[in-house]
Amino acid sequence: MGSALELAVANLTSPMILFFVLGLLAAWAKSDLTIPEAIAKGLAIYLMLAIGFKGGAGVAEHGADSTLLIALIAGIVLSAILPLIAFQALTRTTSLPAVDAAAIAACYGSISIVTFLAASQVLDTAGIPYEGYMVAIAAAMETPPIMAALWLNKKDTASLDGTAFREVFLNGSIVVLVGAFIIGWITGGEGLKSISAFIVDPFKGILCLFLLDMGIVAGRGLRDGKNLSPSVILFGLYMPLIGATLGWATAQVIGLSTGGVALMTTLAASASYIAVPAAMRVALPDAKPSIYLPLSLGITFPFNLAIGIPLYIYVASAFQ
Amino acid sequence: MKTFPKKRIDIMVEAPLMNRVIRILDEQNVSGYTVLPALSGRGKDGAWHRDGQIGRVGAVVQIFCIVDESRERDVLEPLFRLVSRQIGIVTVSDVRVVRPEQF
Repeated sequence: MGSALELAVANLTSPMILFFVLGLLAAWAKSDLTIPEAIAKGLAIYLMLAIGFKGGAGVAEHGADSTLLIALIAGIVLSAILPLIAFQALTRTTSLPAVDAAAIAACYGSISIVTFLAASQVLDTAGIPYEGYMVAIAAAMETPPIMAALWLNKKDTASLDGTAFREVFLNGSIVVLVGAFIIGWITGGEGLKSISAFIVDPFKGILCLFLLDMGIVAGRGLRDGKNLSPSVILFGLYMPLIGATLGWATAQVIGLSTGGVALMTTLAASASYIAVPAAMRVALPDAKPSIYLPLSLGITFPFNLAIGIPLYIYVASAFQ
Repeated sequence: MKTFPKKRIDIMVEAPLMNRVIRILDEQNVSGYTVLPALSGRGKDGAWHRDGQIGRVGAVVQIFCIVDESRERDVLEPLFRLVSRQIGIVTVSDVRVVRPEQF
């Protein structure tokens, strides 16, 4: 592991980040470059299938120990605590109504699977191994913040029925991620070998294409976020660092590997802009998506991608 | 050609609510409905479009159905309860149909 500067430069000059920047610039320049919605969704499903399968195959190869269960519980607890901290930070430092603060808090307690994918790719490129079951931790951390947000703002919560809970717990990304993880675990290294031409070799290129799309969407999010107040924007920059610190400490206590620590740190630092916002539209309809979506997608996601991930990996390596 | 008066209900609603709207239409025994995706638009919070999006937030769908005037209130009341706090528009318009027994 090189210095923090070397790691940052390697990250910023990787094809992955440069394609993301290209998307940002295209959106900023109002280019007509777009990726059709159906293709973007297809790319997302592919990436989740690939990362889930590889994680499951990794567990099959190296075995699962009691750390898996501890990490799973720790991830769930962490993702339920983070919204409480985020909510307090928002209500004390911004003038946002409680319902908006609760919705933002849910996003920041939950995780961004794309940020996780990017961090995994940086670790793979740097040759830093990590626990395959981190994929399962990511999936487990996605939904507890939704419950925490509803608890934080009971008075504005719309009635939630079985449909709402099914949509939250069985949303497409969780089904593909966890399903592929289980299939990878069952079929192991042989299974991975048999489909590696599909899920290993093209992975980097498809991630670049997906990040180009994410750059365009985040660029639009930045434009949409121009009405965010400075204190809210500041929250989008310091909350990942609070989450990262707690994630790092949790991973250290559990005893994860260097790569595992970096991934747990990244998960705790990331903010959801897919699953949780969709749940918030149903559960907290009075919360404004024009605040929590640009904040998570236009501020925190690019921050984590460009600065956060190399920082988290460096800290995980330096203190291991 | 003879035509008959009916009511057309149009519901523009954010995509995460789509299944709930459809469930209400099913519960009210609406004889049929159609769902169309919206590609782009502009509301009071600004312009939006769906290119490149992978999440459902920000997506809008249009659901429309045709009902007999006597059923209008039965269908609209639960719909309003659902969508009153959401992003979207519900409109009712007079239409004329050729086969009244279909609705």
